[in-house]
Amino acid sequence: MSFRDGQELFADVDLGREKFLNRVFHAVLVAASLFGFVMLVLLILDVVWEAYQGLTVFQIDPVQFLTQPSSSRAERAGFGASIVASLWLMVLTAALAFFIAVGCAVYLVEYASRNRVTRLIEANLANLAGVPSIVYGLLVLALIVNDAGLGSVILAGAIALALLIVPIIIVASIESLRAVPSSVRDGSYAMGATKWQTIRRVVLPQAMPGILTGTILALARAIGETAPLIMVGTMLHATRYPDGPLSSFSAMPTQIYNWTYQADRMFNGLAALGIVVLLAFLVAMYVIAGYLRKKYEADASLTNV
Amino acid sequence: MSSEMTDTTDETLIETGFSVETDRGREPTDAEGIVRSEDLSVYYGNERALEDVTIEIPENQVTAIIGPSGCGKSTFLRSINRMNDRIESCTVEGELTFHGKNVYDDDVDPVALRRKIGQVFQAPNPFPKSIYDNVAYGLRIQGRADEVDLDDAVERALKGAALWDEVEDKLDESGLDLSGGQQQRLCIARAIAPDPEVILMDEPTSALDPVAASKIEDLIDELVEEYSVIIVTHNMQQAARISDKTAVFLTGGELVEFDDTARIFENPKDDRVEDYITGKFG
Repeated sequence: MSFRDGQELFADVDLGREKFLNRVFHAVLVAASLFGFVMLVLLILDVVWEAYQGLTVFQIDPVQFLTQPSSSRAERAGFGASIVASLWLMVLTAALAFFIAVGCAVYLVEYASRNRVTRLIEANLANLAGVPSIVYGLLVLALIVNDAGLGSVILAGAIALALLIVPIIIVASIESLRAVPSSVRDGSYAMGATKWQTIRRVVLPQAMPGILTGTILALARAIGETAPLIMVGTMLHATRYPDGPLSSFSAMPTQIYNWTYQADRMFNGLAALGIVVLLAFLVAMYVIAGYLRKKYEADASLTNV
Repeated sequence: MSSEMTDTTDETLIETGFSVETDRGREPTDAEGIVRSEDLSVYYGNERALEDVTIEIPENQVTAIIGPSGCGKSTFLRSINRMNDRIESCTVEGELTFHGKNVYDDDVDPVALRRKIGQVFQAPNPFPKSIYDNVAYGLRIQGRADEVDLDDAVERALKGAALWDEVEDKLDESGLDLSGGQQQRLCIARAIAPDPEVILMDEPTSALDPVAASKIEDLIDELVEEYSVIIVTHNMQQAARISDKTAVFLTGGELVEFDDTARIFENPKDDRVEDYITGKFG
């Protein structure tokens, strides 16, 4: 007995229901992934539209916006002092967080014996990375701003942001340190290198691109953080340029936040422009991180020769 | 296997078809060995990897260590330069001496020991640095980079590893850009640059193609004029070709026989060794 076509051969198999369900779930999944994308596009369009409104309706001068400090009078307000404050914050945060985090990661990967305590510490690092940022703000407010009497200055904000991102950098650093093959470590030890020589000359250089990528991504998160800085205390309007780590300040996100609830509608336009600048910073940092990662992967692929 | 086996009519041929080149221009010596072990046992946790190994390895000769997988030959090699210390569960009993000094004594620093005993690994493991920096590594970490002419030392080591002609124009390129065989010779150059006394090799050709492997074998023949070479191999032809002395380990970490290579392959005393060499076992 032979069949001429598939329809006839499989006439007793009814796939109608299964195929219908297949299509339904396919559509649901596509919709779910589109949702995120559409929201992102809407967000960007909204910000760009608001910024455009600010430039046209309120006639905000971009040069003045980027160079002048803020003011309680919208027509004289600029974003310059906040940009500088954010740069200060980033540099100080990076300096504070990087060495502590990398030191901790090197200790956990290279020195600590694998016992219950280190496993507990590592498990808790992931939890620490998930603590709401406002908690770190409160901690710094109590211990540094008030108890230590440092006041609401850039350094205090940087400490809060550093606390926030240290666990993130540690987790990224641990990952890239573990990715250094043990054969390379063995090669160094067999040459008569000490542990520190092996770490400094072989392990860290190879792990560094991954560590730097993780650090930049963590800083990108820090630069957009608002809550901990509000807790530490910022100026309502960053009316003057900060002249050092001990100046009072309002960083980009806090200045944007403060502008959004002002009565004068022009402040909304300023806030929209501020968001564009903040997003530009974020994109730039992601690009640098992506470049580093790509370069790192290209290097790593050579080990398979 | 190599083609030269088939046209050898030498009386050194044993039933298996092995040809053993016995005239290596070096007489086996009875001088005090550079590395000696006395009842050396090594454990990983409760598992014994080496059992009461007593052996005396001669200076400036090639000593091959052969045996089936899991017989402890790599463990023995790693216990010489104390790379076993890197394995947490590893414990050592008995004595292993280098120039008559037990390297497991409290006053021996494994870092110092490894500066006199270099090692080449199974898979090439150059550092992700330039060719030059790979070779200069040993002198730099030993703080000797200023005492010697570093360029000269790097050139000599690369020549010693028969790699100079292939890399002299690209010393600042990454060592990882080289082919597998070149990488392994780079690792040999790295090992000999600080001028150690002993070079340990753990199956140095098993990850290489036959051409690259034979280059390394030729190289070992030259290295032994200045260094004592101890090589672990699972390739019996290789052991027969390049070594002066051969130690045969069998499963359980037991050293079954240790003698001149020619005698091991022509006329082993132990039946188990004969079985292993003729392929009946292992």
